[in-house]
Amino acid sequence: MRQKMRILWLSAISCNGNTHSFLNYPYMEQFLEDFEFIYHPVIDSKYLLQDIVSKEIACDILLIEGAISKEYKRADVSVVQIIEKYSKIVQKIVTVGTCATFGGIFRESGYENTSGMHFDQEKQIENFKHLLDKTISISGCPIHPEVLVNTLYSIKKSVTLKLDKYLRPKEFYAYTVHNGCTRNEYFEYKVDNHNFGELEGCMFYEHGCQAPFTHGSCNKILWNEVNSKTRAGVPCMGCTEPSFPRQNLFSTKKNMAIPEHLPVGVNKRVYLTLAGITKAFKIQRLEKKLFDD
Amino acid sequence: MSDKKKLKREQIIQCSLELFASNGFYSTTIPDIAKSLKMSVGNIYNYFKSKDILANEIIKYISAYLGEKLKEINEEDISTKEKTRKIVEMYFKTASLKPEMIDYFLRIYLSNREVFRDTCEGMLCVNEFVTEIMIYFEEGVKCGDLREQDFFSAFGLFMGYLGGMVFLKGENILPKDLNDYIEDITFNIYKALSSE
Repeated sequence: MRQKMRILWLSAISCNGNTHSFLNYPYMEQFLEDFEFIYHPVIDSKYLLQDIVSKEIACDILLIEGAISKEYKRADVSVVQIIEKYSKIVQKIVTVGTCATFGGIFRESGYENTSGMHFDQEKQIENFKHLLDKTISISGCPIHPEVLVNTLYSIKKSVTLKLDKYLRPKEFYAYTVHNGCTRNEYFEYKVDNHNFGELEGCMFYEHGCQAPFTHGSCNKILWNEVNSKTRAGVPCMGCTEPSFPRQNLFSTKKNMAIPEHLPVGVNKRVYLTLAGITKAFKIQRLEKKLFDD
Repeated sequence: MSDKKKLKREQIIQCSLELFASNGFYSTTIPDIAKSLKMSVGNIYNYFKSKDILANEIIKYISAYLGEKLKEINEEDISTKEKTRKIVEMYFKTASLKPEMIDYFLRIYLSNREVFRDTCEGMLCVNEFVTEIMIYFEEGVKCGDLREQDFFSAFGLFMGYLGGMVFLKGENILPKDLNDYIEDITFNIYKALSSE
């Protein structure tokens, strides 16, 4: 029998959203033939959490879900201590989700100095600095199950992943969520004209869509193999970014009509020049409903 | 385009701009422009295929000129109030030194929309100028100096006011020199736009 890779899924300060998102991976049976969990919060595993913290169980990959504070304990042991212990024996550490990577919404929790493993939002922190080379970040609220699983297979196959400055695999995070969005035509000609849940219109101009400045593959690797937020008619909320969650997620912050956050890498003057030109277009086809006209 | 041709093109724009601004769009003909430049009528058409195209190019030329001046102000590290004063000063200075530019904008571009409708739709031909005004507003709101509001309500207040003053000056109605109004106008505009 092939050797399965052994994984420890450790939940820190978390809502377990990533645990649940992972359960949506469509080829779970295949995955469980190649990997096994020595411990997972909801999937049957060989050991109890008490065994994990009191003994040292052989393990290849440490997955951390949730924000980290040394005050926060699992089975009466600080998560920081558990991470320190297992980080010594594993090949790789993967921070699963935006909380484990940047602190996310649980930065607001009452625990002292709550942050991601290596980052407090954009800022790199001192804790665990010696483990930077061992860590891969999979941000997202929640993580895309295929992005996590494909990363785990890369580790299994000893493929070296190129990482961005937040240790996220470029394979999945070099793109913006805007890439592959089915509403690009509306974006190009600055037609917002959107109602939530409907097919028509771009949500960047009025409805808070953060896709043009959010790194992720949501519109390339679809969720449940069929859809994405923007395809379903809801704005991208920027959940893979260190700044997540911002406020007022359903409206675009503007200063005198100019969006405060522009598409990543685009100069404001150039954006406005282009916007002025595209606004001159009046494209009837894009003003109407696509089907029920 | 060679440098010589570029220069000639600009000379035609500058000369026709002055003629249009003082005599009106329909009263100025291509032969008038040719005569003033000592060029043949045919040669003018080598540069601009029609009078309408020439009119469109002139407004782009003015927009680029004013846009460049505004960009210099926008890039200065000064308060929004100071920027407001400098924009008013720059606009009035242009109206005094190059009155034909502002006159063309007010009396040709805004008054003969049929000439510009097809190729200068929306803000297409005044893009450079409008872009810089947008940046002035956006940066003012971002740093907390200006109040957030609809772009056009702010744009109309600012540019309508300045255009109106230059128009009054052009009609010889203003009792004082334009420069004598800079202080009060800056105060009024800033007070109207400010977040205080």
